Amino acid sequence: MYRYDQVDRNMVNERVAQYRDQVRRFLDGTLSEDEFRPLRLQNGLYIQRHAPMLRVAIPYGLLSAKQLRMLASIARRYDRGYGHFTTRQNIQYNWPKLEDSPDILADLASVEMHAIQTSGNCVRNITSDEFAGVAPDEIIDPRPLAEILRQWSTFHPEFAFLPRKFKIAISGAAEDRAATAFHDIGLHLQRGADGAAGFRVIVGGGMGRTPIVGPAIREFLPWQHMNTYIEAILRVYNRHGRRDNLYKSRIKILVKALGTEEFTRQVEEEWLHTKDGPDTLTERELARVSAFFEPPAYERLAGTDADFERHANQDAAFARWIGRAVKPHRVAGYRSVVLSLKKTGVPPGDATAEQMELVAQWSEQFGFGEIRVSHEQNLILPDVRLRQLFTLWEEARKAGLATPNLGLLTDIIACPGGDFCSLANAKSIPIAEAIQRRFDDLDYLHDIGELNINISGCMNSCGHHHAGHIGILGVDKDGDEWYQVSVGGADGSDAGRGRSAIGKVIGPSFKADDMPDVISRLVDIYVANREEGERFIDTAGRLGIAPFKSGVYGSPLRAGREGATVDA
Amino acid sequence: MPEIILRDQVVSDDWQVLRPVEGEAIVVPAGRVIVPLAVWLDGEGELKDRRDVAVWLGGADDPATLAPSLDSMKLVAIDFPKFTDGRGFSIAYLLRSRFAYRGELRAIGDVLPDQLFFMRRVGFDAFALRADKDIHQALRSLKPFTDTYQGSWDNAVPAYRRHERDWPAAGKA
Repeated sequence: MYRYDQVDRNMVNERVAQYRDQVRRFLDGTLSEDEFRPLRLQNGLYIQRHAPMLRVAIPYGLLSAKQLRMLASIARRYDRGYGHFTTRQNIQYNWPKLEDSPDILADLASVEMHAIQTSGNCVRNITSDEFAGVAPDEIIDPRPLAEILRQWSTFHPEFAFLPRKFKIAISGAAEDRAATAFHDIGLHLQRGADGAAGFRVIVGGGMGRTPIVGPAIREFLPWQHMNTYIEAILRVYNRHGRRDNLYKSRIKILVKALGTEEFTRQVEEEWLHTKDGPDTLTERELARVSAFFEPPAYERLAGTDADFERHANQDAAFARWIGRAVKPHRVAGYRSVVLSLKKTGVPPGDATAEQMELVAQWSEQFGFGEIRVSHEQNLILPDVRLRQLFTLWEEARKAGLATPNLGLLTDIIACPGGDFCSLANAKSIPIAEAIQRRFDDLDYLHDIGELNINISGCMNSCGHHHAGHIGILGVDKDGDEWYQVSVGGADGSDAGRGRSAIGKVIGPSFKADDMPDVISRLVDIYVANREEGERFIDTAGRLGIAPFKSGVYGSPLRAGREGATVDA
Repeated sequence: MPEIILRDQVVSDDWQVLRPVEGEAIVVPAGRVIVPLAVWLDGEGELKDRRDVAVWLGGADDPATLAPSLDSMKLVAIDFPKFTDGRGFSIAYLLRSRFAYRGELRAIGDVLPDQLFFMRRVGFDAFALRADKDIHQALRSLKPFTDTYQGSWDNAVPAYRRHERDWPAAGKA
């Protein structure tokens, strides 16, 4: 993976010094709360319900064992012994002290990490495919270009105060595992006619109040032009994006208002001025950064392993886990393993310091000391030998990291919600848990098959509810917490057959207590109507929301109680 | 006399900024004055010939409007109505790099110490700090970073073209 040189080290160390001084000036009253807010946000620090929340970047989801140990150590030393992995390949700490935050950043800098631009109206952490470099369907490894973009966007002087936050995702495989259609900019790496690498450029996708599957504004952009082209997009957005209304200030609104064609014209015209300028990438710089992502020293292994086969045949629980958590690898005899952070009773995406340390240890014991973080909020060991899968599974099971539910109904994506977040209208975590408890029968869970449930506690959509096969959104009604349910969303990955779609709301919202029943009814309708080989998302696509709507609202929920609890 | 930061020094400065109030007649005072683009465009002839009149641009103004006149201008200001309104950064960059403006480029309005590094990079060389801010302290925070990754007006060349950056140690990725 990428290692810092003196340029990178100076950058993060000087940032720590700058931020330390800003915190000092805030505490002594020189900086007002309003003046300090954007400064702390650009270092990932929010002020939350109970305490500040610190969001740390995990660029394109890649961690070394040493870095993960540091994240564990920070959780223990400055927090309550755990951290929350987010849908944007960040980790959040919910209980640090403002006064400690400069020291936390210094600790991060010591392992080549930072919290730069993890919040605020600037270019955020660049996200990517969690299986980059190891996926068999990869066309081009996105990590070198993601790193180059990380550096380019870090402290970009012109784009630190954009109209609104700005999220970029890069993917380089046949399957889009980075939800690129739902980002301000989504880049799809592909090969051009001459075999050279380039991008399909998608702009103006997003979730939030106005969910949009982003349109492509350029079918092929040679890789050398990545930075200058993004600069052109950002300049058009920075000058013309709306600043008068928080809800209309994302780039998607500008693209919609101008129309894709006119927006594209403005970008292309702006780009003519910077195209081929000094920020055009060089072969040498791509080669240098790519050299950090050369494959590790894989052993030459057979494609099968007798011990592995024997365990898989004899142990149903192991076989079940393989079916969900073990992913194909481009090198014979290796697999990628997804460690589920979705055990029932644990907030989705949470990991304890002990778990982080164990995962760091396994990454060295079973791989090459590398860990990935996925936007589904799980951890991945990318290079595990087939013959060691059984040992790893036994270890992971003991640590509560081998729940065989990946891609299934209980592998719920959820934001921290009203338990922690001051923006939330409603809680997310207890809803996730109640649903997980309802579907605790593994046989039934596997029979239902692939089904993504995404929960957001408010319209900011951190839980990606719009892209959930079933989406749940927390809404506030006169101070009460209610939940709106949508069906048919898809994030562009194979789970939804490669489609990117926004779920449709099935009707009036529900009380928290009704949510497990609502999900049961939706699942029952699917099971009753599914055709051979159909997943929930397929059935929903074929039938539309009408049968789901009538099935859920057709009779009062919580039969036997007085009155329906459906909010009409 | 008020002070500003000009080319990394604190200096006295007597330019006034004209901020028209809606509904009131616009009177351009005598002496050095920076007027809004609209006022300057309206004052055809008279204002354009006054050597003690300069122009300021707001976030919605198009810097291209000034292009034909920039050669003769010694001072252009860009207004930051709120420090979080970042349009002025792009306008400054365009004035410098696209329209080749070489005179003084001054940030006015909600100008705070922690933004000066970014402002300096996109082409500002003068800063009229908000009155309640310590200008000498601001002077010390002009350059919090010794290096920069990407090109901008101050240095168009990105780090990897300026330095021999590290490759991975031989034998390990």
